[in-house]
Amino acid sequence: MKVALFIPCYIDQFYPHVGMATVAVLEHFGVQVDFPDAQTCCGQPMANSGCMDEARPLAEKFVNTFDGYEYVVAPSGSCVSMVRNHYDHLCDHHDERSAMVRRRTLELSEFLTTVLKVSNVPGRFPHQVGLHQSCHGLRELRLGPSSEVMKPRDGMMESLLTGLEGIRFSTLSRRDECCGFGGTFAVAEEAISCMMGDDRVNDHVSAGTEVLTAGDMSCLMHLEGIIRRRKIPMRVMHFAEIMAEAIGAEKGVRSV
Amino acid sequence: MSHPALAQAFVDNRERAQWHDKALWFVREKRDRMAASVPEWELLRETASGIKRHTQSRMAEYLEQFEANATKNGIVVHWATDAHEHNEIVLSILQRHSVKRLVKSKSMLTEECHLNPFLEKHGIDVVDTDLGERIVQLRKETPSHIVLPAIHIRKEEVGECFHEHLGTEKGASDPNYLTEAARHHLRERFCQAGAGLTGVNFAIAETGGIVICTNEGNADLGVGLPKIHIACMGMEKLLPRAKDLSVFLRLLARSATGQPVTTYSSHFHGPQPGCEMHVVIVDNGRTEILKSPEFRRSLDCIRCGACMNTCPVYRRSGGHSYEATVPGPIGSILTPLQTPEKHNSLPFACTLCGSCTDVCPVKIDLHQQLFTLRELLDNKRLIGTSKKLSMKVVSGVMSRTWLFNLLGGIARTSLRFMPRFLIYNPLNAWGKQRDLPDAPKQSFRQQYAERQKQKGGGKS
Repeated sequence: MKVALFIPCYIDQFYPHVGMATVAVLEHFGVQVDFPDAQTCCGQPMANSGCMDEARPLAEKFVNTFDGYEYVVAPSGSCVSMVRNHYDHLCDHHDERSAMVRRRTLELSEFLTTVLKVSNVPGRFPHQVGLHQSCHGLRELRLGPSSEVMKPRDGMMESLLTGLEGIRFSTLSRRDECCGFGGTFAVAEEAISCMMGDDRVNDHVSAGTEVLTAGDMSCLMHLEGIIRRRKIPMRVMHFAEIMAEAIGAEKGVRSV
Repeated sequence: MSHPALAQAFVDNRERAQWHDKALWFVREKRDRMAASVPEWELLRETASGIKRHTQSRMAEYLEQFEANATKNGIVVHWATDAHEHNEIVLSILQRHSVKRLVKSKSMLTEECHLNPFLEKHGIDVVDTDLGERIVQLRKETPSHIVLPAIHIRKEEVGECFHEHLGTEKGASDPNYLTEAARHHLRERFCQAGAGLTGVNFAIAETGGIVICTNEGNADLGVGLPKIHIACMGMEKLLPRAKDLSVFLRLLARSATGQPVTTYSSHFHGPQPGCEMHVVIVDNGRTEILKSPEFRRSLDCIRCGACMNTCPVYRRSGGHSYEATVPGPIGSILTPLQTPEKHNSLPFACTLCGSCTDVCPVKIDLHQQLFTLRELLDNKRLIGTSKKLSMKVVSGVMSRTWLFNLLGGIARTSLRFMPRFLIYNPLNAWGKQRDLPDAPKQSFRQQYAERQKQKGGGKS
């Protein structure tokens, strides 16, 4: 199966190891990965700021770059939600290509669960993991059960990780509260953003989290920023990194 | 002032902000337990949303049906285009009967219309009889929450306020003692009142009656004792049939406070013998909202306040930071739609986490509307020049892969070699309380290209 890899712009620049881990995981499950070199940003920062005219060229660029692939997989629920839920507004409604790209763009855990039907991941990760539920993955892509909705649903990331040998999960007092990143919100509403982040970090500290993880590096960038500033001994890893480390498929690809 | 500045001021008292957050989260958790106890909860939400959408689609028809049936019941129905007309109508009813004292139960609509100051200017003594509203009124403040108007005030502060206004003991903060004092104080006002004014939770087109939900029974006392009852409602409070209440009454209290039902759900179908009952139906911008396909559903709101209780921003910034009658997610839609220039920061006081959308008992797509509203503000050139300019620049860079790669490399290199004090300069809002990520030598695409070369395949 030939799959295009979409590495969000900030992961490309600041978290290359997350991208490499994503490649390793996909290849481990037999996927032939292609990285279209023209890709940059999905346009979410502009769209979330209300600047649709500035987001539109990036949506068009995205569609042109990823047109024709069987699937587009990204290690970010937020960017995938941008493509899936907002591109219809940005691209020409009659353009069959954009509709196809939209439908075929999947978040990593979603792709592993729904397309590859991965259920049991072999590997070992003997740590207590605190799973941060990134909002767009949770409430826009429905990658797991949101605490507000009274309907049972399996959490995809949790299901993929749960079989790993030695893994334990933190029980949080607020299991899916927003971390406060919110894109430009993190800077425009700095005070609230940081208080929200502090509260999330404190919840994980009380729960005994050793490794904090999520499907979105943007939430983790914000939370790790706070963790480092406060010198809290907690590791921060993207979900793809845990998977890669656990299945031992990451040999030689981590370099920071 | 903008939301970020007022939010910053609220958060500066960290202990208070934490207490406020916890108090509201407690209500959210009560709501979760109550919702979970109803197996058909999601079906109820779906049904409520359907009924509301149906009603909005035939608004004029149902309003006329309501008017006809209410009139048959002996209720006088008034129509007000805006806040001013609404206030004039209420005043004229009071003046016709030489009413000097008015008791009110909770009504966000009269807050929206600024009725109290208007009536006071005309020499009428207005007493809010909902305990929280009375506290807020005595402190000369506005409600900070639509269901829990005094949620921002601690019991010690209520004690001080009551000591000053009601003569309670200095330093007393026992809630039972203070409530008892308020009860005596309000009982007197009820007996002296010439008219009672209430809000409306639901108006039923089929019966021409209205339903008012309270926990304190103050609406019932307020309209039962005086001879005149004035009920004020936004036109969106309409439901087609009495049996629709079986959906909405089950959702309202559970979503609002985590109670199975409000203590009082009072039905009014006409005046008592020898008394008068008036219903004032207010538009005040609602027709405009009804016209817009993107924002129409914001009129489905039943004012339960669940979106406020769940909003991580509201809980930490307090209701007053929105400078709006209705704060929180729903207020951040309704208010800027009316006054975009003044309230342009509200749609951005949101991380788009979507919790409000998932908690809403009538399934309003709240965070989607907040997203769409940002575009509307941009079209009106109201998002700020620096934000617009930076988005133009970023969009220009991201449209050119080579430029993105070049500038990304320069930024990473600068971050690697710049001294810490330069990076964490006062203009760096990110770095005030957070570290930046380490800047790696190579970007992902560089690492990936190298790996592909080593694998010998080059780019696939």
